Amino acid sequence: MKFTLSWLKQHLETDAPLDVITDKLTSLGLEVEGVEDTGKALAPFVIAKVLSAEKHPNADKLRVAMVDTGTGGPIQVVCGAPNCRAGITVVFASPGAVIPATGDTLKVGAIRGVESRGMLCSERELNLSDEHNGIIELPEEAPVGASFAAWRKLDDAVIEISLTPDRVDCAGVHGIARDLAAADVGTLRPLNTAPVPGVFPAPVKVALETAACPQFAARVVRGVRNGPSPQWLQDKLTAVGLRPISALVDITNLMTMDQVRPLHVFDAAKVRGDLTVRDSKAGETLLALNGKEYTLPAGLAVIADASGAVLSLGGVMGGESTGVSETTTDVIIEAALFEPAKVAEAGRALQIDSDARYRFERGVDPATVVSGIEQATRLVLELCGGEAGEVFVAGAEPAWRRPLTLRPARVAHLGGVDVPEADQLRILTALGFETSRKDGLIHAVPPSWRADVQGEADLVEEVLRIHGFDAIPTTSLPRDEGLPKVAVTPKQRRTATVRRLLAGRGMLEAITWSFLAPETAKLFGGAPEELALLNPISADLAIMRPSVLANLAAAAGRNAARGYADLALFEVGPAFRDGSEKGQDLVAAGVRAGLAVARHWAKGTRPVDAYDAKADAIAALEAAGAPTANLVVSTDAPGWYHPGRSGCLRLGPTVLARFGELHPAVLEALDLTGPLVAFEVFLDVIPQPKKKGGTEKPKLELSAFQPISRDFAFVVEAEVEADRLVRAAKGADKALITGVQLFDVYQGPGVETGFKSIALSVTLQPVDKTLTDVEIEAVAAKVVAAVTKATGAVLRG
Amino acid sequence: MNILDSLKADLLAAAAAAPDLAALEEVRVDALGKKGRITGLMKDMGSLTPDERRERGQALNAVKEEISLALDARRQVLKAEALAQKLEAERIDVSLPARPEVEGRVHPISQTVEEMIAIFADMGFTVAEGPDIETDFNNFTALNIPPEHPARQMHDTFYLPNGPDGDTRVLRTHTSPVQIRTMLAGEPPIRIIAPGRTYRSDYDQTHTPMFHQIEGLVIGENIHMGHLKGTLLEFCRAFFQVDDLPLRFRPSFFPFTEPSAEVDIGCSRKGGELKLGNHGDWLEILGCGMVHPKVLENCGIDSTRWQGFAFGMGIERVAMLKYGIPDLRTFFEADLRWLKHYGFVPLDVPSLAQGLTR
Repeated sequence: MKFTLSWLKQHLETDAPLDVITDKLTSLGLEVEGVEDTGKALAPFVIAKVLSAEKHPNADKLRVAMVDTGTGGPIQVVCGAPNCRAGITVVFASPGAVIPATGDTLKVGAIRGVESRGMLCSERELNLSDEHNGIIELPEEAPVGASFAAWRKLDDAVIEISLTPDRVDCAGVHGIARDLAAADVGTLRPLNTAPVPGVFPAPVKVALETAACPQFAARVVRGVRNGPSPQWLQDKLTAVGLRPISALVDITNLMTMDQVRPLHVFDAAKVRGDLTVRDSKAGETLLALNGKEYTLPAGLAVIADASGAVLSLGGVMGGESTGVSETTTDVIIEAALFEPAKVAEAGRALQIDSDARYRFERGVDPATVVSGIEQATRLVLELCGGEAGEVFVAGAEPAWRRPLTLRPARVAHLGGVDVPEADQLRILTALGFETSRKDGLIHAVPPSWRADVQGEADLVEEVLRIHGFDAIPTTSLPRDEGLPKVAVTPKQRRTATVRRLLAGRGMLEAITWSFLAPETAKLFGGAPEELALLNPISADLAIMRPSVLANLAAAAGRNAARGYADLALFEVGPAFRDGSEKGQDLVAAGVRAGLAVARHWAKGTRPVDAYDAKADAIAALEAAGAPTANLVVSTDAPGWYHPGRSGCLRLGPTVLARFGELHPAVLEALDLTGPLVAFEVFLDVIPQPKKKGGTEKPKLELSAFQPISRDFAFVVEAEVEADRLVRAAKGADKALITGVQLFDVYQGPGVETGFKSIALSVTLQPVDKTLTDVEIEAVAAKVVAAVTKATGAVLRG
Repeated sequence: MNILDSLKADLLAAAAAAPDLAALEEVRVDALGKKGRITGLMKDMGSLTPDERRERGQALNAVKEEISLALDARRQVLKAEALAQKLEAERIDVSLPARPEVEGRVHPISQTVEEMIAIFADMGFTVAEGPDIETDFNNFTALNIPPEHPARQMHDTFYLPNGPDGDTRVLRTHTSPVQIRTMLAGEPPIRIIAPGRTYRSDYDQTHTPMFHQIEGLVIGENIHMGHLKGTLLEFCRAFFQVDDLPLRFRPSFFPFTEPSAEVDIGCSRKGGELKLGNHGDWLEILGCGMVHPKVLENCGIDSTRWQGFAFGMGIERVAMLKYGIPDLRTFFEADLRWLKHYGFVPLDVPSLAQGLTR
């Protein structure tokens, strides 16, 4: 919402300087977004007279003018405007002036060999309009040497405020003035809403056939002349960014910006018979005043005439067919109320933004239909002449009186600041509330323009707002006795731990979009239709991600394209199974690409492989408190992994994590070059370690006897999983065997084709005595027997 | 010079001249070994009288002692020389780079959230959560935003197909639905924060379709707007680490709070450079207010007894301010260079005890 300081002062009697007013507006909740001191920008421009204008010796289209600027002798200016001629009064800029339209600083220059010591300006150059066909010609009487801005009353400030949706009453200058007056910045000047008597009976009647329009006033004014509006009105509208059109249209815009009272004016000659406000029928069309043709859906509030044609969209925009023009003589002025939801629906359906829609959809003051048409009539008669008929009012002013009560102590209890009761009363009264005191309560009826005030909390806000939020003393939150409790849940804590663990393993934490392209989702198992956004912002961000890996893999590709092919990224974030509350999983996922060990003098490099991802997954699980010793590896990772180089880490039937190389087909579809390994750890399904009351750890049992280790080499069929041998060995003697390390895997000469050799180191920890050779041999035999039984492996000879 | 003296002189000279430990050992064997020259003289003493034998024995022992000492001394010297030679041979180029270790980083959003948790935890808040896909009821209706309310247009909502019960599903446009979930699930008093992902259909230089917010909710019997001001003042000063950072509360509008306010922090923009502090200019950072009685009632909380405040803050925005990160969109690009530069060392866990930021 834009307005000028001078416009504000027509509603507010005040001596307050600009900065006091703007500070107060912000503290009232009418946040000032910008102040443009137009007077400042136009200060260098003075009124001057062209004494002579001769053709430029070296250019046909240029003139050399001698200009009287009111100070000293004539000044020579080279000018290209076709209307530059002796005798006209013009706007002159001397060297050093900054041209508002371009921001350029004017310099003394030579144009085609003739010196020019200034410039004669067009309206466009001064940002006054788009007019650039010639330089500004001022009336004869404009005083030479005087400030152009002061003479044209442009030495003003344009203030722009940002309005919250509840304060439509301040979408007009009068409402802004009222708030300032309540905050003691000045005195509100009353409006003249006195009725203008009608001199003939209302010739046009209105029928209301839709609940979307509770009240509609129409008035015919005959014999008007609709030329350009006077300069003061044009300047006002221009200053706030509106284009002056004609006196009648400008009056409706003035009422909108000044009073939050949108109006419409029909050319009565183009309207047939009486008006009907009704719901639109599907397929009806309207050529609107913005020049666009609209096909209407059913159920929008429209105004039609006796022909049945739609003339206008209620509360949104009028139609071209009945619009006023220079030849209009008789008009129908419309002042009406439209249901906010209906106006919003129409605006959204047809994608029309208008000043009327903005106000109606937020709720126009329901008490301004009749008073608004009287004000508009007065302006029309004043600016366009003519005679007014009687007002025809269809419907009735909706009830808007809501008696509310405020317990004066409530202001301190909710607001934390004591405001004397008398001040509370004064503030509410100044804002237009009908107030009284009874039984220790303030009774307040909000004014018709404050539909946003619905209860006691709103009254408290009004009092606090005007009293000033700054006056509320800052108070620390009361603290519990003793120390604060733990802020995070065990799950939140382990999530944070996993994050820092993965970063500690050399991975960079990324945060990527929760959504992705449906084709990409398909590569990662796909997402059900219920996860597809109905209104995605782009095709690439159209469906919720079924896996965190997709966007990470894509990020790895982007980094590779920038020349960073070796990297490790992870993300802790959501993956989605379905659209329900339980369909979202918290996943720690990561990718490693390129070289696992960078080129270095000390040792060879190697590319990343599935075991890197496995190590990440196990470390993350360990950090999350999962019982990693009990994990079982299965080779059934989903299809986006390499079928032969991937696995799942399970605890019983539950998959806690997956890891492996990404499937080459997935890499190809994502335009990635491998190798790229990945893991996904499902943080939600990791069991919480059981707490047995205390914080003590189990007792440390230390054996007095040295552990011994024995190495075994087994030959086993190549496809047997190594983990099975390890498990069998571990289980051979649970009392004595405390560890089994797999330290070699070999295939090649010396081992039959289709077989592999696996070497295990088994650690025995004696408990109560040193083991004899016989006892050791007995355990070794058990190990061999158990491994052979479980896997068919034989001890290598 | 008797034979003993000349033997001694001989052996001492040989010990001193031994070039290495092997040669020295030969000298030792020659002198003191089983067939050594001194050992031989000792053996010869059998033919002497007891008096002669004593005298001779003493003399021989003295020589033996002297030779032993000389041999030991020479051995130490030779050992030291040999070690020095070995170490010299083992010399490496210590200017070679150490073996590579890749260091990871924690994303600035995660770090910022943990900083916020550290501060609010100290004020007695706990951390609450909610899903990213929300019901229209939790995201809007319960927050006093009815379907036709213009405020719904302030949120550029992403919609999903309806759930099986016909409930409208949205990607939450703010973390405020966690307020609703918390109040529906528990009884006051309440003191929670809720950080998380939020979504709005907007993508330009200052908006991304996904971003992060942190919500705060405090409900009690006597919680008033002064507490709201105090909580946010203490938070902002601790978080931005500016002791005299001023806050400005401006009246604003949110359907779920009444009164509502927007909060600015003090700053300076002189010379195009943003600096936080008491410098006369202002920068908006968050919205807040006293929880609307209708919101309390929507959650089954008696609004005549309980009241409190709520606030919501953009996490990227305050992270950008605190850490001088210039562009919002870069947060989600996963650019390795950016993550390394703006990310945090994994062991730098924020805490009030040890300082929020190193």
